Amino acid sequence: MRIFDPHIHMSSRTTNDYDAMYRAGVRALVEPSFWVGQPRTSVGTFVDYFDGLIGWEPFRASQYGIAHHCTIGLNPKEANDPRCRDVLEVLPRYLAKDGVVAVGELGYDAMTAEEDDVFAAQLELAAEHELPVLVHTPHRDKEAGTRRSLDVIRESGIAAERVVVDHLNEVTVEAVAESGCWMGFSIYPDTKMDEDRMVRIMRRYGVERMLVNSAADWGKSDPLKTSKTAHAMLAAGFEPAAVDTVFWSNPVGFYGQSGRLRTEAPALGDGDGTTYAGNSIERGKR
Amino acid sequence: MTAPKPAELRAALDERIDEAAGRWLDEALADIATGMRAIGTLFPAAGRKCGRGPLVDDVAAVESETLRSWNSEDAVRALLLTALPLTGAELGTEISALYRYGDAAEKRGVLRGAGVLREEPELVDSVLPLVRDALRSNDTGLIAAGMAEFGAEHLDAPAYRQGVLKCVFLGIPLRDVFGLPERADSELARMLTDYARERSAAGREIPNDVWLVVDPTQLHSAEEA
Ligand SMILES: [Zn+2]
Repeated sequence: MRIFDPHIHMSSRTTNDYDAMYRAGVRALVEPSFWVGQPRTSVGTFVDYFDGLIGWEPFRASQYGIAHHCTIGLNPKEANDPRCRDVLEVLPRYLAKDGVVAVGELGYDAMTAEEDDVFAAQLELAAEHELPVLVHTPHRDKEAGTRRSLDVIRESGIAAERVVVDHLNEVTVEAVAESGCWMGFSIYPDTKMDEDRMVRIMRRYGVERMLVNSAADWGKSDPLKTSKTAHAMLAAGFEPAAVDTVFWSNPVGFYGQSGRLRTEAPALGDGDGTTYAGNSIERGKR
Repeated sequence: MTAPKPAELRAALDERIDEAAGRWLDEALADIATGMRAIGTLFPAAGRKCGRGPLVDDVAAVESETLRSWNSEDAVRALLLTALPLTGAELGTEISALYRYGDAAEKRGVLRGAGVLREEPELVDSVLPLVRDALRSNDTGLIAAGMAEFGAEHLDAPAYRQGVLKCVFLGIPLRDVFGLPERADSELARMLTDYARERSAAGREIPNDVWLVVDPTQLHSAEEA
């Protein structure tokens, strides 16, 4: 079974996770830029983080036979901090990089006027750089946030098929299904969605335009949730072809719209001391 | 120690890239020259638009000493730099930003491309710190680019010698280091002789490249003494 995790924050995960993901069938992933837990207070820390997403992290993934891509954006939470606003000015440089396949995560946190501005500005950047867009739905006031996001997307003029709206649930999926945008689901223990609920949603809405991810990060999360959901689909009677559509063809189709996706997984590293900028991940060995 | 001329780079590139890539490059050059589009968003795209392999094949490389260590994307980036309608300190600022925000391939393009630009004192002042940054790294590709045409021409003698020594340590072939025939001095010979002696005393292999600079008879006579 080949798996493409369309949303996972590997910077927060260990190299053991890459190993386990590879063994579970993960061959490609997209790491959206997001909030890192500790609020950032300067543009410089964003830039260093972006550099990691296009440098060290793809190297680490490649050592475990996984193709790594990322999305770049100013997340809504930090869009509210004036010290972070100038990130918008460096975004065009990063949106032009090879490994960047979408703008994101965008959307709302507390639905402020600042968030409106930053969301709209980045939708414009997406059009300019011919990139699809990853929009998340807020934790609080989720339904209203989803509708407002869909309104902003519609008004921006960007084609619905170039947008995924993520972290959906039974309540928010309907509006996104109608909008023509892609539907993203995060199988995240205890909070967002679980495997069995996901299977029920796919029974009802089908597998077209469906993206299922682990959204694993520094929270209590599980980078193997993609694989576990794929197995839950099979157990529930979905054909292997339908599973492949959800966990491979769909993410390839969505992010492939960037024209920058490399889907051939890198050759599995053989611990031969390959380095990134002179640094190996085999600490202590050399 | 002469860097290739932009026309040479373009001619070699035209052998390598297809029509669509050539058109992309022409438009990018025109847009940079007129300020229509920012170089900051074109520079990262060089590899994906025009390919990444060696600029010249092995046979041609033997004949063309100057192009041997260039990749196609390096050549594209060097040409993009030449299109900037800036001079002096302004040009230096733009180039420094490309380096700061660049990935490894872009940084390499900056360091190689700088050697192709018309020489100006303010530009040299801006680019030299970038070369030093590259030489401080442990990235072999970056270090090699630091020791390419621009670095070899402008680094002071101590920094140049340290650069050569670091290349030997990291296994970067000295044939990729520019200016060695002109710049190898007695101090560099001493440093590499000491290094070879240390390796020899530890029973470790001595990299072949050191014999480009080290006199083997010196190594032995010193050991006997
Ligand atoms: Zn996320």
